[in-house]
Amino acid sequence: MAGTAVRGRLADRVLWRRADLIERRYETANAVTLVLDAAGWPGHLPGQHVDVRLTAEDGYSTQRSYSLAAPHRGEQVELTVQVVPDGEVSPFLARSLAIGDPIEVRGPVGGWFVWEPDADGHVMLIGGGSGVVPLMAMARARQEAGNGSPMRLVYSVRTPQDVFYAAELERRMGHDEGLEVTVAYTRLAPAGSPRPAHRLDMAILAELAWPAESRPVNFVCGPTDFVDAMATALVELGHGEQMIRTERFGPSGA
Amino acid sequence: MTDHDQLPYGLVDGNALAGPLSDLFAVDLTAASMTCATCRKRQPLAALEVYAGGPALIARCRTCKAVMLRVGRVGSDALLDLRGTVVLRIHTAELT
Repeated sequence: MAGTAVRGRLADRVLWRRADLIERRYETANAVTLVLDAAGWPGHLPGQHVDVRLTAEDGYSTQRSYSLAAPHRGEQVELTVQVVPDGEVSPFLARSLAIGDPIEVRGPVGGWFVWEPDADGHVMLIGGGSGVVPLMAMARARQEAGNGSPMRLVYSVRTPQDVFYAAELERRMGHDEGLEVTVAYTRLAPAGSPRPAHRLDMAILAELAWPAESRPVNFVCGPTDFVDAMATALVELGHGEQMIRTERFGPSGA
Repeated sequence: MTDHDQLPYGLVDGNALAGPLSDLFAVDLTAASMTCATCRKRQPLAALEVYAGGPALIARCRTCKAVMLRVGRVGSDALLDLRGTVVLRIHTAELT
């Protein structure tokens, strides 16, 4: 069944289908979660992407790829869009698209940066900035599947104002047994934070990541330099290359 | 007119090839392993170094940086250049 969701039938994956906006949630001042109703959506695994296509009245069209933020829930597709200030697509999706408006989606896309919700074993999730999105889909899928595998999420973010899913993460820390969440602030930590604001490095990771002996699968997603640094640190900490799955989405601080 | 610019922009990785390659292949290739024709390092396609933003996506070996794959479009044609890849190994157990 899981294999079917990764692969999908070719026709299902390649087909552009209409998706109507049914809900918009503000995550931060510059990030919005969109919930779309995509009739016929074939399902997906946490970590997979969806391609989004917008077409203007004059026929001009453009497409982007976004991580799916939620696990497979019928025909609903959820994505979290960080607004790129001079971007062409993200400001439109985040601010202009109205409830009931359609866009086009295609997918699911990708099959390597994927966590199967019935998988056993320790799971380490390390996200930088909006790299938390596919990891959130994994944490949500774990609870929805009733999977008790020990899972840790380390979420590197600049300031408390930049945290996506803040209330939900807070709630899950108390309710999802076996899930541990640490928000690592890099520029400004809130009062009472267990550690001062500091770039996530090997010393902090040594404290927060599962030890290599528990043979976790490590998922790292974020800006390219962040992912490179985290992957190198994990190797230094003794994790095998084949136990580290990475996804890089480009330069940071743009 | 279709503009194929991607949200992953600049230096990214092989995960960004999933969409463009899904137009051409019946299976997801990001989990496939690729052997570099230059240094023989075997690595998942997802782990390749990819530059996005030019007319084609250019994927390099993470170890020796040789170009292993290029994929792009000319009008309604897709172009795939695999001269830097000596073996492409695709897991097929889930195919029916």
